[in-house]
Amino acid sequence: MSSDQEHWHFDKVLSSDLDVGHAAIEELLSALTASGWEGSDLFRIQMAIEEAIVNAIEHGNKRDESKKVHTVFRVTPEKVLMEITDEGAGFDHRNVADPTTDELVDKPRGRGVMLIRELMTEVVYNEIGNQVTIVKIRSAAVVEPSQ
Amino acid sequence: MSTHRRISVTDDVSGVSVVRFIDKKIVDSGSIEQLGEELNSLVLVEKRNMILLNFDSVEFMSSAALNKLISLNSKVKAAAGRLKICCLRAEIKEVFTITRLDRVLDLRKTEADAIAAFKL
Repeated sequence: MSSDQEHWHFDKVLSSDLDVGHAAIEELLSALTASGWEGSDLFRIQMAIEEAIVNAIEHGNKRDESKKVHTVFRVTPEKVLMEITDEGAGFDHRNVADPTTDELVDKPRGRGVMLIRELMTEVVYNEIGNQVTIVKIRSAAVVEPSQ
Repeated sequence: MSTHRRISVTDDVSGVSVVRFIDKKIVDSGSIEQLGEELNSLVLVEKRNMILLNFDSVEFMSSAALNKLISLNSKVKAAAGRLKICCLRAEIKEVFTITRLDRVLDLRKTEADAIAAFKL
């Protein structure tokens, strides 16, 4: 069996409810674990998808439960793809203030977008910024030298 | 005496308030808001200003939870106190490093290291 073969596929339209979003994240984490993901990779994926879904519900859809979050997850043993689309106006992802500057580092906001970018392999926004596609490739395993 | 639902607080003999977290995963927005209120009340209501946050039971936290730590740090500073953090698992420590919060917050490896640092 090819390691690229998709093990799990999730494609649902979620209401703008954080409990619903967290339930979807738990499904993703279970699928990842079943596909052999673990340790820091699993933590980083959880961090990134938590930020992406909360951003979609809170900042994109402004918690308006009439607006939806289209959520797609594709899991293989070597790669996970997560595509989150909200119904908000989007944002200028090219001009997000750097939260690590001296002026902003002690301000209690603005770290989610940066964390997604830093923790994942590839992050792509659509033109208006209401859709993010996140890819994580499994980190190389440490191989013990042969005796 | 205040009742906390998201944290437990013990008083070290040296006068440091050692705070532990009830939740292993700090993600739920309602819980995070409550956590923020309870942390702030340590300073604003209970007048504690030597606070150590022990993360040994925490497996995951979102950036919304990080924001509560930054707010707490500001309140402790305003009260002329000191806040320290210890026992972060490696993955959470990485988040502090990426966001450069390791420059803003005083991170210590163990509780003993942190308690000792309050005496410096």
